[in-house]
Amino acid sequence: MDSTVEHSSPNHGGDHEGPHIAPMRMYVAIVGLLFLMTAITVCAAFVELGAFGTPVALAIAVFKASMVVLFFMHVRYNTPLMWVFAGAGFFWLLIMFSLTMQDYMTRDWETPAPIEFLDLL
Amino acid sequence: MSSHSENPALQHHFDDLKQQYEAANMGMWAFLAQEIMFFGGLFSGYTVYRYKYLAAFIEGSNHLPIFWGALNTVVLIASSFTVAMAVRAAQLGRAKSLFNWIISTMVLGVAFLGIKSIEYADKYHHGLIPGANFTYDSPMAGQLKIFFSFYFVMTGMHALHMIIGIGLMIWLIPKIRRGAFTAEYYSPIENFGLYWHFVDIVWIFLFPLLYLIGREPWIQL
Repeated sequence: MDSTVEHSSPNHGGDHEGPHIAPMRMYVAIVGLLFLMTAITVCAAFVELGAFGTPVALAIAVFKASMVVLFFMHVRYNTPLMWVFAGAGFFWLLIMFSLTMQDYMTRDWETPAPIEFLDLL
Repeated sequence: MSSHSENPALQHHFDDLKQQYEAANMGMWAFLAQEIMFFGGLFSGYTVYRYKYLAAFIEGSNHLPIFWGALNTVVLIASSFTVAMAVRAAQLGRAKSLFNWIISTMVLGVAFLGIKSIEYADKYHHGLIPGANFTYDSPMAGQLKIFFSFYFVMTGMHALHMIIGIGLMIWLIPKIRRGAFTAEYYSPIENFGLYWHFVDIVWIFLFPLLYLIGREPWIQL
């Protein structure tokens, strides 16, 4: 591309200016992987995993989502600033889930006797 | 400084194409962060009630057809692939190919909504729509009502995003035909792709969380 713009970013390899253009086989590989993981998550749902059933299903979903974000949404080839922007939303989600469930999962806990605590003083 | 303004693809308030591209990309990710928060609220409500009423959520999940859910997952992932190929065609400046991939994405999007409407109709016939005709004979009926409320609000909001996505494609198609996008300027295509992938990601989580709870053989209802 005969652009007058100078190459200023190390992120953009190759001889073209502008964003990284991934080869088609990469997209085919990722979509194949996503189909495979969908089949695995359906099969895993029928396997007796006990308490691990949901963590396994969620781990597969997180893996699939990561593949979409990194390769289909091009974050893998993007600038550090875009990594921060893409990560911020998901990081906020983690905070919301952990604080919300920290509340709900501890509501049934036995309340400590305050008198005994005061006796220690 | 004025040499770059001769490029018709570059708007005057940007220094160069790279800056213009990154500004559009960053704005879209800021919007998507907002979308994550929006769906995050629904998912966190789901998590709280699932924690409280797990038995009802397991029973409710067993009323959802895995076949249609899995098929829709495949359809949506395929549409994510076609839109990724559309963006790639735009990057390479192949207008005809871009047009074809966008049409493919649209067909898959409509197929997803068609399958979803089959499921919704099935729920209606079984009296499982809270607020419309919820008739469930069980001591857990109230808790199941909560499960199905989450099911309809979450999949409904997701479907609404799909409808908006299809609307965006209808808006993009005349522009593509007019040759509005080139290898130097295709931010609307790129940003539409990001939006569509995000909608795909939401479904990637909805599918196991709604359809695949408590399917182990030892859980006999």
